[in-house]
Amino acid sequence: MANYLIKRILMLIPLLLGITLITFTVIHLAPGEPVEMQTAMSPKVSAQSRARLREFYGLDKPLHVQYGKWLGNLSRLDFGRSFAPDNRPVLDKIKERIPITISLNVIALILEFGLALPIGILAAVHRDTLLDRAISVFVFVGFAVPTFWLALLCMYFFGVKLSWLPISGIHSLGSEQLPFFGRVLDLGKHLVLPIAIATFGSLAGLSRYMRSTMIEVLSQDYITTARAKGVKERVVIYRHALKNALLPVITLLGFSLPALIGGSVIFETIFSIPGMGQLFYQGVMARDYPLVMGILVIGACLTLIGNLLADLSYALADPRIRHGKG
Amino acid sequence: MRDKVSSPAREFWERFTTNRFATAGLVVIAVLFLLSLAAAAVTPYSPDTIDAWHVLLPPSTAHWFGTDELGRDVFTRVVYGARVSLKVGFVAVGIAVVVGTVVGLFAGFYGGWIDSVLMRIVDIMLCFPTFFLILAVIAMLEPSIWYIMVIIGLTGWMGVARLVRAEVLSLKSRDFILAARVLGASDLRIIFRHVLPNALSPVLVSATLGVAGAILTESALSFLGIGVQPPTPSWGNILTSGKDYIEFAWWLSLFPGLAILVTVLSYNLVGEGIRDALDPRRRG
Repeated sequence: MANYLIKRILMLIPLLLGITLITFTVIHLAPGEPVEMQTAMSPKVSAQSRARLREFYGLDKPLHVQYGKWLGNLSRLDFGRSFAPDNRPVLDKIKERIPITISLNVIALILEFGLALPIGILAAVHRDTLLDRAISVFVFVGFAVPTFWLALLCMYFFGVKLSWLPISGIHSLGSEQLPFFGRVLDLGKHLVLPIAIATFGSLAGLSRYMRSTMIEVLSQDYITTARAKGVKERVVIYRHALKNALLPVITLLGFSLPALIGGSVIFETIFSIPGMGQLFYQGVMARDYPLVMGILVIGACLTLIGNLLADLSYALADPRIRHGKG
Repeated sequence: MRDKVSSPAREFWERFTTNRFATAGLVVIAVLFLLSLAAAAVTPYSPDTIDAWHVLLPPSTAHWFGTDELGRDVFTRVVYGARVSLKVGFVAVGIAVVVGTVVGLFAGFYGGWIDSVLMRIVDIMLCFPTFFLILAVIAMLEPSIWYIMVIIGLTGWMGVARLVRAEVLSLKSRDFILAARVLGASDLRIIFRHVLPNALSPVLVSATLGVAGAILTESALSFLGIGVQPPTPSWGNILTSGKDYIEFAWWLSLFPGLAILVTVLSYNLVGEGIRDALDPRRRG
């Protein structure tokens, strides 16, 4: 187990380097420069001051020098300063946005697994019945619904038509005056729709996956043995089969992270939630290179951590790896 | 007489068509293609003629899906928007399949350091929240549907690469590959002539599902305003104005969204249908 852990952690180094390299290449291959963005609007900016700006940002140096410098700074957790007028350190800007995005995604993830696994198991156990068909229809529609459209419809229905829920931001105006419980309730009300939609978006894939692994496990010999021994069907399903069917699902936990974080751009923009997704969208629109690169690197690292945790829990859960040579 | 001949393709087709959902999906996609090709014949309106007297009209017999904030017929714009979605789906997935297949073939066939390097690249690419990556690149470029297709393709090949690699690994040690090698076939000939055709079926499934994903991504990009630029209609950018007018004109949001839903659903059904038809054991 210790060997396995060390191996996994050593593997992170080339992956991290690769992440920074791809981030840097992607941003610098694109034509157009932030300096142009900042100066194109005002014809008064002379070629001379433009050159000074380029020098200030280090854009006049060859690419490999820029990359080396950026990487060196990254290793000291210095992500540079935002090109935006506030000129604040990128890391600070990201730090204040991360908690809301992470908590939204974690809640959505918990709900997703809490709902999708029982749905998938139910469909597998009642395979080819009306219930299974109904779940299949739900899953296929769930796969195909564009999340942003669903968000629009929900905003219209629950926000405009019924006015049950607020449709934008995370606080009501003047909510600071409310007592603690009032503020929590207010926050909760604002987050119901975004969380519900984020959860729904990923429900389909996971429950489908759970169904097929469960079906596969249920066709194994040891399940037949258990049934032949006269073990109750409920015990067969929930004790014997479920344990093995859950194993591959753990790996999916790591994989669902990038999708969730990526999806946050859409629903944070729609619901005006001040999270990382919205920050990224704003950064991209303003060609704020340091910010965009910073978020790309951090987003990828979060995924990396998620994958590592998923693999470790897999190793812990699977006796073949736990006791194996690793 | 011909009907009696049983070929793998015919068997495949027979199994596919017994799946009612998959067949329905295929029909819907075919109809969409015809509609978008014959758009000018299907609707009396033009997709971008502004009509200030008929702004934001609800659905009626004259305007099936109503009109938008500039008085354009929404049905017409949805039909023309199908062109964008169908094109994006095919080109983006085409790119992803070609890149993914080549990477998977070489990684699986040669193994060793080539395999390690290629698969680490796959791992790295998979770390990025794909939508972030696409957004970052698209926004840096001039808005164009071609860039969108290329970028969606270049960020979506990793799954195909893994699939093909796994398939190649299981094929590599088979006798027919050995036979080809003994006969003196070159590596490239073995890869493209003997391994590739046998590795293609899982790719077909993943490509069909990929088309659905690409259509969703394009519509999200256009919705955010960095995809297909107005006045060219795309389902995503019609929804952008749908968002602005959601309080007064639900039809502007409902119909383009339904179009995306139905199209993506159809591709997914066809993809599942192909999977079941290729491998009858997986059915159900």
